[in-house]
Amino acid sequence: MGASPVRELELDLDAFEGPFDLLLSLVLRDELPLREVDLAGIVVAFVAQLAERGELDLDACGEFLILISALLELKARAMFPEEDAELSELEPEEAAEELARRLAAYRRAKEAARLLRERLDGRRDLFFRLGPAPFAPQPERRLAQQEPQKLAAALRALAVEPPQPSTAHMALRFPPVSQFLERWRALLGRRARFDFDQEVEGLSRVEVAVAFLALLELRKQNEIAIAQASPFAPIRISRADAERSLSWTVRSA
Amino acid sequence: MDRPLRLIPTEVTPAAELARTIEALLVVASQPLSLGELGEAAQADAAEVEDALELLSERYREGRSGIVIEHVAGGWAFRAAAEASDACARLFEKPVEKGLSPAALETLAIVAYLGPVTRPEIARIRGVNVDGVMAGLVERGLVAEGGRENEFGAIRYRATPLFERIFGLESLAALPRVDDLGDDVTQIRERLEAVAEKRPA
Repeated sequence: MGASPVRELELDLDAFEGPFDLLLSLVLRDELPLREVDLAGIVVAFVAQLAERGELDLDACGEFLILISALLELKARAMFPEEDAELSELEPEEAAEELARRLAAYRRAKEAARLLRERLDGRRDLFFRLGPAPFAPQPERRLAQQEPQKLAAALRALAVEPPQPSTAHMALRFPPVSQFLERWRALLGRRARFDFDQEVEGLSRVEVAVAFLALLELRKQNEIAIAQASPFAPIRISRADAERSLSWTVRSA
Repeated sequence: MDRPLRLIPTEVTPAAELARTIEALLVVASQPLSLGELGEAAQADAAEVEDALELLSERYREGRSGIVIEHVAGGWAFRAAAEASDACARLFEKPVEKGLSPAALETLAIVAYLGPVTRPEIARIRGVNVDGVMAGLVERGLVAEGGRENEFGAIRYRATPLFERIFGLESLAALPRVDDLGDDVTQIRERLEAVAEKRPA
């Protein structure tokens, strides 16, 4: 056989550039750490070369497979040193024994599977009912001695009519603010000023609140002036123009 | 004219009565009933139940009845006669064994023959991960968890009574033997060595 197409395979990898043969010798002399070599890249390069040649060189393929699988094994061992320790403990003799033993075990499994398949095929025509067992064992629960009176009392307590929930809060009605706006405007039409507390006397808290809101609204629109001498003192409302004249009066006084 | 087929005598002997009771129990059951279960329900001892089962086996057999009694999965059960299989197949499926892949069957074989076994043990024999295949077998109800390994606490799996039923086995002990295979370890090893010698050093 002349020059091997495999060994002369030109590689252009991250870690190595040159013929495959050189890569092999570098790896074998531990001058190139295998874990840095992209083995898939080598496979791709080889496959590309095969495609270029257009013919299938079986010898080359066989050689390549042997070399690349040896490299893969070396790389795997380099990446998993603990496994390597376990394997290297085996002498070649023992390794062969172990391999043969595993192969035999696997052959048995395959044969057993074949026998099962045969049995299954033999029963292909047999139908039967399948389902959960209707008599699934029931765990027996033993209760302590019970007193019927206690049970009756418990039931009676449960049977008592529950108290009617209060719906008082649902009666809360908010009179429209507009109602108080009209009322205050009408009042201010008759009088220049009035006392808030006096006017809302007898109204509910909600109504008082809405009445006050109406005042704020009027103040915002500059229709009234609000005055209070001190906290909690009566609130005095006056027409905006009346207030002006009053302040003028006060100042002029 | 033709006499109606009567294997169970018409006069009500205690044995015939027991046979009827057992017949009734088996028709209700959806899985095989053991001698013990039959005896307990029928309030008879094991020997009496066995006699009654013998009567029933004569009556419910292939070629004689559409219903066949079989000794399977540690008990007794009714199934359809083989001659009715076409009609059965038109109406019913066999979901447990339908579409069992070769990988599933191989895994199942390892569990049935070597069980209880752990998944890593099966994976070592088959040389591939078996998690997915095992999950499928568990779902089909053919294998089930059966205790834990002492050393690492890995779950062990065993074949179920349903497996015995589907494969028509009285028990796992009734599995066909596989150890008389042509190739034993020594032979395989010799072959390996022969291949190795041919390889250039």
